[in-house]
Amino acid sequence: MRFAFSAEQRQFGTSLDDLLSDVDVESAARRWAAGEHEPGLKLWWRLAEIGVPALAVPEHRDGLGAGAVDVALAFERLGYHGVPGPWVDTAAVLPALLDDELLAGVAAGETLASLRWDPHVPYALDADVADTRIAVEDGTLRVFTPGRRLSSVAQARRLFGSTVGDAIATCADTGRAFDWGVLATSAQLLGAGRWLLERSVEYARQRRQYGRAIGEYQAIKHLLADVATRLELAEPLLYGAAVAMAAGGKNVENLGRGHLARDVSAAKVAAADAAYLAARTGLQVHGAIGYTAEHPLGRWLATVRALAGAWGTQAFHRRRVLGAVTAGRRSR
Amino acid sequence: MDLELDAHALAFREEVREWLADNVPREPLASFDTAEGFAQHRDWEATLAAARLSAVSWPEEYGGRDAGLLEWLLFEEEYYAAGAPGRVNQNGLFMLAPTLFSHGTSEQRRRILPPMARGEQVWAQAWSEPDAGSDIAALRSTATRTEGGWLLSGQKTWSSRAAFADRAFGLFRSDPDGERHRGLTYLMVDLRAEGVRVRPIAQLDGEPGFAEIFFDGAFVPDSDVIGQPGDGWRVAMTTANNERGLSLRSPGRFLAAADRLVDLWCRRGDPADTALAGRVVDAWIGARAYQLYTFGTVTRLAEGATLGPESSVNKVFWSHLDVALHETALDLLGPEAELRGEWLDGWLFSLAGPIYGGTDQIQRNTVAERLLGLPRGPR
Repeated sequence: MRFAFSAEQRQFGTSLDDLLSDVDVESAARRWAAGEHEPGLKLWWRLAEIGVPALAVPEHRDGLGAGAVDVALAFERLGYHGVPGPWVDTAAVLPALLDDELLAGVAAGETLASLRWDPHVPYALDADVADTRIAVEDGTLRVFTPGRRLSSVAQARRLFGSTVGDAIATCADTGRAFDWGVLATSAQLLGAGRWLLERSVEYARQRRQYGRAIGEYQAIKHLLADVATRLELAEPLLYGAAVAMAAGGKNVENLGRGHLARDVSAAKVAAADAAYLAARTGLQVHGAIGYTAEHPLGRWLATVRALAGAWGTQAFHRRRVLGAVTAGRRSR
Repeated sequence: MDLELDAHALAFREEVREWLADNVPREPLASFDTAEGFAQHRDWEATLAAARLSAVSWPEEYGGRDAGLLEWLLFEEEYYAAGAPGRVNQNGLFMLAPTLFSHGTSEQRRRILPPMARGEQVWAQAWSEPDAGSDIAALRSTATRTEGGWLLSGQKTWSSRAAFADRAFGLFRSDPDGERHRGLTYLMVDLRAEGVRVRPIAQLDGEPGFAEIFFDGAFVPDSDVIGQPGDGWRVAMTTANNERGLSLRSPGRFLAAADRLVDLWCRRGDPADTALAGRVVDAWIGARAYQLYTFGTVTRLAEGATLGPESSVNKVFWSHLDVALHETALDLLGPEAELRGEWLDGWLFSLAGPIYGGTDQIQRNTVAERLLGLPRGPR
């Protein structure tokens, strides 16, 4: 057993960080929110150059056929840097939903997808910029037409109502595709939580009140230590779920019976709770400046709130975990 | 990245599982904080030792199996899953022994470890003093030089297992001019020696789980000093890292408790009570998270890393998990929860978690300063 990133995976994470630190993601996200997609699409294409949307696409569709751990790692960095766009729909879920030549377009960064998946994903993300629009109903994939634009708390998440149309394909294992969405969203949440913690620590080190850095006060220290603890313990759940996904949800661990739905749901519960705590704590540590529209903190706080309810609510995922861990036990 | 066990680890786990199934007492032993239970637990340690299972991670020459950290974790999972007795010698096994491996002489290891593994010598810890709790460097008990050794005087308190243990280990101020963490010496002392008086203290459950120890000229030979005289603080940090970190609180205990909690929910829970259901789930997720986190730690240690501030992350997490898990069980039990039983005892025990081995508040300072890099502030 080796439960850690490989040197190549660490290197991949670093190159993603380098790329995303080099670009003005903040401005791209703000313009994306205003419906100006160009800088965000350029960023998408740059990420395609280093293979991000190709990771989950199988090799026979010109993808990289990488494992779920690499995908989760990439989505964690996307979440950390606040990259806008329908990444979960396109680069995590779609490749598991169908095996079609349009995946070559996904791998190349040319195809963007938007999904509707009732009841958990009722609003289609970025349906205006996506060229592939699919509604999943049980095992049937249908096209949909975007309708009215809805206003999300996270402004860069451009959501749309939709009208479902003709069936175009079937999918034998939609459950696994859905779990890809849960996994990728959990990874974004963990990344967003880490961004919030790091910015809050930086702020607590430089902001001075009563003659000393506020980070010297134990009241602040303990808040941030709790966030760090929650994030540290959410991370292994995320990557444990990725390991289970990579094994196709079979009994990966001779440590215990691997269970994909259980593991991705546990990851989502922990990542969303930890990221939300990071957001609330981050706002409290920043004080009034964090409550302004100019400060980036609010964008991550809003994203975390939005993602916490995306691809299954916390209550849904807790029910799934409970169902899995109580299965086969004697009840009263 | 994977979570696979190799054939060697699987075979080890199978052997442990089978041995425990055959040997764990069917009736629970009495509490090891009673004279009767202490003796029962001492016998149990001897039974474990006879199968070379009392300290699997130790070298074979001291009664262990040279097991790696992963195997040790598997042992712990099996041990708690089997409902095996608590480890009466945990102070020795998980705090003193690692210190001896790091700082002891080979003579000390040969003399101390085998009887520890067999439960013939049970150890108490002697860290805290009336005015030195979290701030252990404020301790005032002294060790004064005499021919061939040291004479101890002063008082220790909250010494777990001291009521019935044979020996104790702890820090004493050997240089009267040394301040704070300077001039301390790490010593092992016989609790039955002349000049030692032990006064048991009843804990929340009414049993004497810890004690005060009064020293009035008790003699400790030079051979029972660990490391160099005056270097005790550095030596003790090894122990502190073990108590706070990996060794004492393996995930096995929480995995087993979470499993029993899920069972309890199935038998007693009201499916309509979503609030309680959520707490059961969170306890299970917490135990699973801690298990996976520990697998990550084991991987890093195997690749040469050392245990740093993550030992404080560990402690903050598991101590809260343990309390929440037991509170959930008690709430599930309803009015029956107030009756003495396994869950109630577990809850009482869990309440000590955020206090011993560095309080929750001290641990959070460590996380904030050493992991996050926040500035050190007034204590």
